[in-house]
Amino acid sequence: MSNYIPKIQAKRGQLFDSLFVLVLVYVSLYIPLFLESDVKSVEETTQVQSHSWESLGVSVVEQEQWQKLGHDPASAAEIINNKFDYTIDPVMLAITALVIIGYFFFVLRVSNKQYREVINEKFNGTNQQSGTEARQ
Amino acid sequence: MTAESTTAENVQRISMFKVLNPFHVWALGVGIVLVGEFMGWNFSVAKGGAYGALIACWVIGLLYSCVAMIDSEVTSTVAAAGGQYTQAKHIIGPLMAFNVGLYLVMAYTMLEAADALIVGDLMTAVAAATGYEGLNPQPFVVLTIAFLAWLNYRGVFMTLTVNFVITLFAFLAIIALFVGSDPLNPGSVLKHSELLTELPYGWIGVVAALQFGMWYYLGIEGTCQAAEEVRSAGRAIPLGTIGGILTLLVAATLTWYVSTGLMPWQYLGQATTPLYDAASIIGNPSLQVVLFIGTMFAAIASANGCINDAARAWFSMGRDRYMPTWFGAIHPHYRTPFRAIIFLIPIAVSFAFTGLLDQVITFSILSGLLGYTFMSINMMKFRKMWPLGVIKRGYIHPFHPIPALVLLGLCSVVYFATFLGYGASLLSIMAFYIVASVWFVMRRYQFVKRGDQFTMPWPRPKGY
Repeated sequence: MSNYIPKIQAKRGQLFDSLFVLVLVYVSLYIPLFLESDVKSVEETTQVQSHSWESLGVSVVEQEQWQKLGHDPASAAEIINNKFDYTIDPVMLAITALVIIGYFFFVLRVSNKQYREVINEKFNGTNQQSGTEARQ
Repeated sequence: MTAESTTAENVQRISMFKVLNPFHVWALGVGIVLVGEFMGWNFSVAKGGAYGALIACWVIGLLYSCVAMIDSEVTSTVAAAGGQYTQAKHIIGPLMAFNVGLYLVMAYTMLEAADALIVGDLMTAVAAATGYEGLNPQPFVVLTIAFLAWLNYRGVFMTLTVNFVITLFAFLAIIALFVGSDPLNPGSVLKHSELLTELPYGWIGVVAALQFGMWYYLGIEGTCQAAEEVRSAGRAIPLGTIGGILTLLVAATLTWYVSTGLMPWQYLGQATTPLYDAASIIGNPSLQVVLFIGTMFAAIASANGCINDAARAWFSMGRDRYMPTWFGAIHPHYRTPFRAIIFLIPIAVSFAFTGLLDQVITFSILSGLLGYTFMSINMMKFRKMWPLGVIKRGYIHPFHPIPALVLLGLCSVVYFATFLGYGASLLSIMAFYIVASVWFVMRRYQFVKRGDQFTMPWPRPKGY
């Protein structure tokens, strides 16, 4: 059984491949900006015009700690009233689960095929150190 | 000897120095992670309340204990640079290895960018406190990354010795904060009974908190990258890794305990520097200085370890031709993967300057999570293909396959937690890895020498 002789990549190709991965990373970093806002937060439906520690439901001890941290009722209200919304979109959840499972299925399946080539060459190969390689 | 002669073809002749001991491994793992105790973990409080963050701390602690057990066994057996990447190459196959290599490079380079941003912001804060308002943090970001890259370029021993000193200081700063909060007299400084509330979002908030709970431990698996440079992989990797996870469990619990006893959960959930804020509330100026230095050191140690690990993963991929071979070079004098170190400097800086810190951090966390999912599959295959007794293992972890199954289950829950907070980013990052995988199969794999992907002196794997 003959071993696979890989191509040798030219310098230009090496540069192109490095840049390709970088561009891919940046694209995936910016994609979420073009989709809906990720961090789902909603303001409290009840808009309080003037805040007091009492209206914020803050205890005396909590009030002391807020003040030690340099906050007054107005600035504390901005933080306290910022809530997360954990509403689940079942369709998006199903799509996300399918993408993750599909990704691992694909990677493991292809890896298994490639691994058999590696093992066959390693343990059955006639030429452990191939001297010549094809140029791309 | 010229650098050209040190490329992948001659790597057998020039290898890295074997100079590290278990303390260096501990410094690498804990150094990368400990910054998460100083900032970042507290976003889990915003997601699920103080108790939600504590549950996240312990549940994710269990996830990382499984990671540490699995890592210790596989890495002490596959002792080579690249860590999990090299393991994937030997146990699952080239495409998985390519993906794992990318997980490592992305997770560490993006974490490094976030760390450098922290250093820059701290410098700006110090300047403002001393009367110099509006200091631009960007030069400090560049300077931090450049200095640490230079340190990494010059040699791994000095790099990780520095990391050991500054990581130890940062850990002792957390202990000092705990002692300074007078824990023996509850109610005097720490006011848990008044500040702790019920779960603000119920159990769904606890699940959501798991995503940022990873911040307590993210990166401990980086100890594996030192495998080719430790004097004894069978001893140093398990000692350093398991010692590291124990250190982090202690630090995480103390951090949660002190912070939640001093700050209302809503404030804590959005604080930029929660431990420094905790020291400020206590009102002890010396403690404030210690926590400021501790925060700075933790961020620097993390960036330093990230450069070390990302460069080794990138170097290993170049050495195996998964990425261009030019990167698979070792410096003839310093014996470091110098080209990979230099190449990643501008990339880390550019990540830091995108202004997309949320996405960068999510990319880092999700890349780590994908890596842990791989590890659970990897462990099950490893024991099946080479059962105990067939090959020499440096360490055998107990209760197999329970840690691997628990790890897989917990990873699934954290994917769901990430979906709750960053669904669009999750899909976008998955799209990146899918496109990269297709690209590897269609283009890069033609340059890979098949037989060279298996270098361990092991018998033929069972089933192949």
